[in-house]
Amino acid sequence: MELTVGPNHFFWSSEDWSALYDGLASAPVDRVILGELVCSKRLPFYQDAILPAIETLIAAGKEVALTSLSLITLKRELKASMALAEVGVDVEINDLTALSHLPEGAKFSVGPLVNVYNEGTLGWLAKRGATRICLPPELPLASVAALCAAGAEAGIAIEVWGHGRIPLAISGRCYHARLHGRMKDNCLFACEDDPDGLQVDTSDGQPFLSMNGVQTLSDSCASMAHHVEALRDVGVSALRLSPQSVGFVDTCSLYRQRLNDEIDGDTLADELRRVSNGMRLSDGFLTGARGADWSGKAA
Amino acid sequence: MEIVCPAGTPAALRAAVKAGAHTIYCGFADETNARNFPGLNFSREEMAEGIAFAHGHGSKVLIAINTFPRAGSESLWHAAVSDAETAGADAVILADIGLLAYAANNHPNLRRHLSVQAAAANADVINFYGSEFGVKRVVLPRVLSVPEIAAINKDTDIETEVFVFGGLCVMAEGRCSLSSYATGLSPNMNGVCSPASHVEYLEEDGHLSARLGGYTIHSVGKDEPAPYPTLCKGCFGAGDKTGHLFEDPVSLNAEQLIPQLAKAGVTALKIEGRQRSRSYVAQVVKNFRAAVDAVDAGRPLPEGMLARLSEGQAVTTGAYKKTWR
Repeated sequence: MELTVGPNHFFWSSEDWSALYDGLASAPVDRVILGELVCSKRLPFYQDAILPAIETLIAAGKEVALTSLSLITLKRELKASMALAEVGVDVEINDLTALSHLPEGAKFSVGPLVNVYNEGTLGWLAKRGATRICLPPELPLASVAALCAAGAEAGIAIEVWGHGRIPLAISGRCYHARLHGRMKDNCLFACEDDPDGLQVDTSDGQPFLSMNGVQTLSDSCASMAHHVEALRDVGVSALRLSPQSVGFVDTCSLYRQRLNDEIDGDTLADELRRVSNGMRLSDGFLTGARGADWSGKAA
Repeated sequence: MEIVCPAGTPAALRAAVKAGAHTIYCGFADETNARNFPGLNFSREEMAEGIAFAHGHGSKVLIAINTFPRAGSESLWHAAVSDAETAGADAVILADIGLLAYAANNHPNLRRHLSVQAAAANADVINFYGSEFGVKRVVLPRVLSVPEIAAINKDTDIETEVFVFGGLCVMAEGRCSLSSYATGLSPNMNGVCSPASHVEYLEEDGHLSARLGGYTIHSVGKDEPAPYPTLCKGCFGAGDKTGHLFEDPVSLNAEQLIPQLAKAGVTALKIEGRQRSRSYVAQVVKNFRAAVDAVDAGRPLPEGMLARLSEGQAVTTGAYKKTWR
């Protein structure tokens, strides 16, 4: 199996953003997706750093793709979507709008925020030129297996959500702005101080979700630490690792060791917690009763 | 403008028709529709009878087949599309790309509407659904303001339908797995959100807590009204703040915006609530029918008719006003 690094979901300074990709150039990953997935207002802050990052990664032998936004409503968002194909690297669509903007017959990748739940959808995307699909994180193993079989027939590589806080919802409303008593149009970038999202607890203090502007993620960090063999068996091509602000290059190396059978699932889970300062883990969407469940040992 | 009204049961369908609904939408009693609640929805026979009744009274019936088919089990959804055509449905409401392609190829004469679950939020993608799958109408996601809806209608010939009353999704529809994160069951896969099967109420220290999948969604004094624990309308804490961080426990009422929605080029107004009683449905339909008749005739809106139905519950106009964001 390969390792893909998904786009950064959070609002980082341009320096931190570039540092991530400089670090990934020497990390043991095969593919890197970059660009803005969550909020078009963030893009101007690091837009000029994208091309240099792409060059750095390509020079380091990585495959590179650019993501679309996951919810496209405004004129400037449509323009940004139309401009994606002009960059000359693979485009990962995370909203069908981006597919409508690609030249007819162009090859493309499909991100986890496009609803690919079944063989019919996979087949239609394959006919339109899709070559890779990262499945929605909420799919159970049985669906992953069926879609891998369909992908093998259609020539589509299947990727699953391997590591990172899970993108659970996207909204027209900015929750960070709302928390600060502002509106989205006048948000003053309320999300910039939370490089991994802002923890949302239940009223009795249980960590539950993570707020990231218009996006809501899980508090827990999904990890396929215990499912590498099962995913390999059903034909998954790659694990997707989602960037976090602490210990991310180490995290990539740890997954590589796991894929190489150098460490087991328990060791990986322990190490992931160590390098991230105690992240809570989950893998319930794949095999549990609910998404938040964790099949491994408690921390 | 056309009023599109929910019916969870044959009785509600008849009540809506009699109350003046131009169009009724409903679903089969299985996981193919996004209101897959116990005791709700239509058998194949009930659907055929309901459609015959509606057609006899000049109303149309749309069938929602708007969950995302499960890999390995698509035949269940394919059968629903086929049975919808056999039953005489005026259109099917679909969200899944694969199912849209299937319907367009195998049932080309069955009119296709795009479900809100597809969250098609701009004219380019709406036109794409039109050219790829022959979609004739799109139900717009609840993330758009009225001026944005007007702009979309300028750039597409595909009809638009918008929600005006009832439950309010805060997240882009069809793009939300909060419910399955907490309970294992989601709108996309199972047709349910924050399902009652996973709700428990606990009384502690004079407080009544409502939990969903083990997560406390809100807690109230034991004599206060306890709203249903819908996940996105819960009370949470973040940083030094506590409250309804995503949305207050409100429902949508855009009645006052009907004239603006008409001006924005909207074809149909949709009422949420297939889980509601037939008397509720009849009341809401009567009120909205009177309102659109007034607007179509150039008269002012009848006054405050829906206040009674929303009694005890706060209402919002949601994303239709830009300040909501």
